[in-house]
Amino acid sequence: MRIDGKGLVDRSKPIRFQFEGIGHTGFEGDTLASALLAKGVRLMGRSFKYHRPRGVLSAGSEEPNALVTIGRGAVQEPNVRATMLEIHDGLDARAQNAWPSLKLDAMAVNDLAWPFLGAGFYYKTFMWPRGFWERLYEPVIRRAAGLGALSGAHAADRHEKAYAFCDLLVIGSGPAGLMAALTAGRAGADVLLVEEDSRFGGRLNAETFQVEGLAGSDWAAQAIAELCGMPNVRLMHRTAVVGAYDHGTYAAVERVNAHRARPPEGGVRETFWRIVAKHAILAAGAIERPVAFENNDRPGIMTAGAVRAYLNRWGASPGRRVAVFGNCDDAHRTARDLEAAGVEVAALIDSREDIAHPGVDCRVYSGAVVTGSTGRLGLKRISVQAADGRKEIEVDCLAMSGGWNPTVHVTCHMNGRPTWREDIASFVPTPGSIPGLVAVGACAGEFSTQACLTAGAVAAKEVLKDLGLKPPRGALVPEAEDTPYRIAPLWAVPGKGRAWLDFQNDVTVKDVRQAAVENFRSVEHMKRYTTQGMATDQGKNSNVGALAVLADVTGRGIPETGITTFRPPFSPVSVATFGAGAQGMGFAPQRLTTSHAESVVRGAPMIEAGLWYRPSYFPQDSETHWRQSCDREVGYVRNAVGVCDVSTLGKIDLQGPGAAELLDFVYTNGFSTLKVGRVRYGLMLREDGFVMDDGTTARLGPEHFVMTTTTAAAGQVMRHLEFVHQVLCPHLDVRFTSVTEQWAQFAVAGPKSRALLNAVLEQPIDNDSWPFMACGEIMLCDVRGRLFRISFSGEHAYEVAVPARFGESLFKLLVARAEALGGGAYGMEALNVLRLEKGHITHAEIHGRTTAFDIGFARMVSGKKDCIGKTMAAREGLVDPGRERLVGLKSVGEDATLSAGAHLFDTSVAMTPETSLGYTTSAAFSPTLGHHIALGFLQHGPDRLGEVIRCVDHMRGLEAEVEICDPVFFDPEGGRARG
Amino acid sequence: MTFSGLRVLKEGLTGNRGWAPHWRDPEPKAAYDAVIIGGGGHGLATAYYLAKNHGLTNIAVLEKGYIGGGNIGRNTTIVRANYFLPGNSEFYSHSLKLWEGLEEDLNYNVMHSQRGIINLFHSDGQRDAFVRRGNAMITQGDDAILLDREGVRQHLPYLDFENTRFPIYGGLYHPRGGTARHDAVAWGYARGADRRGVDLLQNCEVTGIDIENGAVCGVQTTRGAIRAKKVGIVVAGRSSQVAAMAGMRLPIESHVLQAFVTEGLKPCIDHVVTFGMGHFYISQSDKGGLVFGGDLDFYASYASRGNLPTAEHVMEAGMTLMPMIGQAKLLRSWGGIMDMTPDGSPIIDRTETDGLFIDCGWCYGGFKAVPASGYAFAHLMATGQHHETAAAFRFDRFRTGRGLLDEEGTGSQHNLH
Amino acid sequence: MRLTCPICGARDRREFYYQGEALARPAPGAGAEAWDEYLHLRDNPAGVRRELWQHEAGCGAWLVVERNTSTHEVLGVSLVLDEAQA
Repeated sequence: MRIDGKGLVDRSKPIRFQFEGIGHTGFEGDTLASALLAKGVRLMGRSFKYHRPRGVLSAGSEEPNALVTIGRGAVQEPNVRATMLEIHDGLDARAQNAWPSLKLDAMAVNDLAWPFLGAGFYYKTFMWPRGFWERLYEPVIRRAAGLGALSGAHAADRHEKAYAFCDLLVIGSGPAGLMAALTAGRAGADVLLVEEDSRFGGRLNAETFQVEGLAGSDWAAQAIAELCGMPNVRLMHRTAVVGAYDHGTYAAVERVNAHRARPPEGGVRETFWRIVAKHAILAAGAIERPVAFENNDRPGIMTAGAVRAYLNRWGASPGRRVAVFGNCDDAHRTARDLEAAGVEVAALIDSREDIAHPGVDCRVYSGAVVTGSTGRLGLKRISVQAADGRKEIEVDCLAMSGGWNPTVHVTCHMNGRPTWREDIASFVPTPGSIPGLVAVGACAGEFSTQACLTAGAVAAKEVLKDLGLKPPRGALVPEAEDTPYRIAPLWAVPGKGRAWLDFQNDVTVKDVRQAAVENFRSVEHMKRYTTQGMATDQGKNSNVGALAVLADVTGRGIPETGITTFRPPFSPVSVATFGAGAQGMGFAPQRLTTSHAESVVRGAPMIEAGLWYRPSYFPQDSETHWRQSCDREVGYVRNAVGVCDVSTLGKIDLQGPGAAELLDFVYTNGFSTLKVGRVRYGLMLREDGFVMDDGTTARLGPEHFVMTTTTAAAGQVMRHLEFVHQVLCPHLDVRFTSVTEQWAQFAVAGPKSRALLNAVLEQPIDNDSWPFMACGEIMLCDVRGRLFRISFSGEHAYEVAVPARFGESLFKLLVARAEALGGGAYGMEALNVLRLEKGHITHAEIHGRTTAFDIGFARMVSGKKDCIGKTMAAREGLVDPGRERLVGLKSVGEDATLSAGAHLFDTSVAMTPETSLGYTTSAAFSPTLGHHIALGFLQHGPDRLGEVIRCVDHMRGLEAEVEICDPVFFDPEGGRARG
Repeated sequence: MTFSGLRVLKEGLTGNRGWAPHWRDPEPKAAYDAVIIGGGGHGLATAYYLAKNHGLTNIAVLEKGYIGGGNIGRNTTIVRANYFLPGNSEFYSHSLKLWEGLEEDLNYNVMHSQRGIINLFHSDGQRDAFVRRGNAMITQGDDAILLDREGVRQHLPYLDFENTRFPIYGGLYHPRGGTARHDAVAWGYARGADRRGVDLLQNCEVTGIDIENGAVCGVQTTRGAIRAKKVGIVVAGRSSQVAAMAGMRLPIESHVLQAFVTEGLKPCIDHVVTFGMGHFYISQSDKGGLVFGGDLDFYASYASRGNLPTAEHVMEAGMTLMPMIGQAKLLRSWGGIMDMTPDGSPIIDRTETDGLFIDCGWCYGGFKAVPASGYAFAHLMATGQHHETAAAFRFDRFRTGRGLLDEEGTGSQHNLH
Repeated sequence: MRLTCPICGARDRREFYYQGEALARPAPGAGAEAWDEYLHLRDNPAGVRRELWQHEAGCGAWLVVERNTSTHEVLGVSLVLDEAQA
């Protein structure tokens, strides 16, 4: 019922929206909850287990009942709290977890079966017959469980992430937060004030108190205006601080456009903020708790503070005839505010015997409790046990208050445990729980407006002292109400029926008692057995009440019983927001070579190689299968000349007198003996003796080397070099830097490679001036480059490097020249076949579990010097001849397909884990040899050359007899590379 | 009391007044034949199998807090047998077989759900590594199926197959893999052990291990001294501290692993799905929450909580893989303490102290191992011999390099597995 | 989580690479036990210890970080190179 003259909604701006297919009108400033309550709609949802009818319980993000689904398809969003959802034109909200309709929910039959569905019933049944769990029980349970539904469509809205830094983060803009921000802001501190709500002011907007003679909401507006005028203060509303992390880092979610139907063009729905704050003041207020009594869960029963909020902030009375039930003076305010607004208050029921007159006209029952309620889809009547007997009172709304719980949650995010305060029957934050954060105001158990204002100012002054700033002079804390908070705990009204604790998960007092009977007496056991506190509000409304019941039934005190841990996020965060930017291609950077565009033009499928993209092959029109392209490209290299971009390999430039010694230490083999103008292959181990990486290193000058790494290990090797230098060999005078991005490098491979190069080099080369493994500077097309005579293909080959800005044109030039010579560009598939034919290893072979011994390179570990990994590589288990060691494999007889990942067995043995002797790592069809070849690791492998074994790939349905051979299939003497 | 649907029915009709404690809370005795330090999943399972398989019933489980309060109560509940290195594969294969009969064995519904696990791969190299793994699984007698891209699409149509940074090439499908209700596993083993006479001593923190002449003779606890000739240490997350009480240093560094759950949702993810390029894995609980996680935070920690970089990375992986979960809301995040070993595989072994045994180093893979770990550790404690399925989990493999079990191939840096 | 690089100042954790406990590399002939200790065995305290980190996405410096593994409190950060000279 809308109350004339009340509330902060803008009655000049009506908004049309739908709930459950029915059109309604609300006003700007309304939430879905306030707009529906104003229209007399009380039923908004169904509970999780019993599908009980549910109405709104609260007026904030802690709402457990009124959850709705909005949007459709790619923007469908389930489990939206009606209490936080700002209505907007076109809003179409649907109830959830109800079928066929919210009013008539078939699953409500569960409510009749409640005696069989108590705490943990599912642990005791559904076990027979075996196999029915997956086939019958679980599907039924899964369909019945859950709340809202995802649409299944990919998310469509944009989200983003941002960082913010500040001297002081103020969380919450009620009286305490505002006063803290004002005090610090006036002193010139860099302040960030964040407010979860769409409107700054906190409870000042929901109460009728005055501050400094102004209405609370007006004083708040004035304070906000002043803060907005300060260049050193930033204000963010619709922003919830959801987590506290180490070293002053906070996570916050800003609903940038989430309150609109869709973000405007180019806008984001939400922003995920990482806030780094030197200090933080938590002024997050408090959350009111319900009282457990029989059937306390009906639509129309809500917290007393929520009733005041709907009345005072939104001008909507949740009922026409309201009763108020509480255990504290605070509840009396609800009765007073309702009466002042002209709403009929049927009764004020206070569980305490001895209370001062609350100043209301309605009937006051002291020492009385509500013992039950009726009304299937909405509250009709309450039963009251008063001193003079039992009463039935007809009401459509019950405002209840079990007292207030300070919003301690964020202070628990770093394992802080809140402290029990007997005088207010609540937990308060334990100081120091979050380094650099102090909780003030209602959040710290200070419940009067005056106390909140003062605490905010005092806390801000402490921060200013630490920042070295002077507190503002003359600024006084404004005057406000300072009534004491009086409460006598009342957790559960005794009774036989079900009294709800966790409204969403349907956990009742009975469930907690039964859990205790079954020896789930630890608060964590009780939680896990009953699901108490595991709903979407994470127990914000119910945990304290539930543990009080547990404490009672187990005969312990509340502090001794303890509390479960509140963990981030404070309020739920969309995965799209927390993971903003990653959808589609944003998950990882894309690294493109200089030949990328040309490769795409040539139709090459680009495949991921780490963060890089590389061409798989370069198809020609006549080709219908990748193998045709691959075989042709292999032919280029074996018979003419091929060109391949190898820029993705890591390149590290090392300079200084200590460079050679550093290389000697990181490589198994020596590099100080390498002559200037020469290249050497090197093998690098991890300190545990296994191979880390391999590659070539060129000596360009006495103190100047260029190392290449594999594409995959470039970052790891760079870090390793820094480690070895700074941590192990700080005495070495050497500097190095990654130059991977600075140089474009192309392999030019094949018998005609020198002919190609000589057509573009300013100074022609021959076998004497540029023999195998020579390197040096060159000039081509007026560009200074580098030329390395190295070969991964086994052919007469070079790698030519130029500054990256010339890469694209050089690639085009080289490919055009190669094509003129009967060759052309080749891609990863051909490169892999070529290296496999030569038995060259990649990370398929050096996969982290293989040693130099395993790959047949034991002789590369120099006996003359120490190197990383040398000691541990000599462990007995790593030099056992029985280890799986590298071999070549080729099919016997008619060619059979070989595959990578197959297992190796002796012929005619049963295939068991014990008889598995090894596995293949790489396999391909060799167009050069005309049959399949593979590399693999085999126990005693090199000792078994010539023997025939079985190669079995269950996954692909392949099996072949293979001959064990040397890993070098082609040109074992290596003459082609030298020619 | 035997649990059954009939029992639930009967109790429901008679006011649920007949339920009894699932386990007793006995006072500690002065001496036991054996004590197990640690009332987590592995410790409770060890007690259960000591009693069931070896007839040792005069034993106690000593738990610092409440039973099942460690990693068994905070993991992402995945059960699988998809290891490929000999030494690991037979162990996890055994464990899965134990899982498959666990409800009947324990008379407790642990909700073991064999909904299938699909490990996605995103390159030819990853595919070949998964093929090797799948072939090892088949050879071990377990199940594995190689799916191509279309095969994955049939099972998981909601993945982003069109616009994603690391396209899906295919997946390794392990139909017998799945999930279980983690807490119920602890409770089921606890109740099973208790019913066989094992004393479960909660709030009983071990403060010292008594050793005389190179042999263990008991422990000191916050509830008094307890004598025992055999002591088993099974305290994931505190292994190094408890081992230090016996003068041992372990090849372990403890790290934090975060896990996440969303609000409840109607069924939308029917399998366990893992992402090969982002260390992301996800399933949906029977309650409807999406349960997911990723990699370690990568710094040593006992804080049971993580930080934003890893949390964000996990969400980002989810968004690139399956952007339909964008509107699911993260409800809760938490952390567990992972005892990381230098090869990523566990230790079930004797120690240099006679009668003192240890079961530790489960890294972040301990949940699925609970049955077989308890089975094998009970065997070791009872007989002094390694069980055949867990014979590879020795201390000395690191020193000798013999029998290292480095499934990830990342070497001796603890946090890289 | 943030670390203060002595060269670059306070930076987010994601700029840093964590390696492990700060230990001295044994001599090549120190024996199997010394190497086992160096590579595998750890005190692994629930408390303060010295660790090696690298400001990998920053200046590249390797750092000795004194840090509490129970609270994540950072007690000090210094350059490995400075430690070596000290």
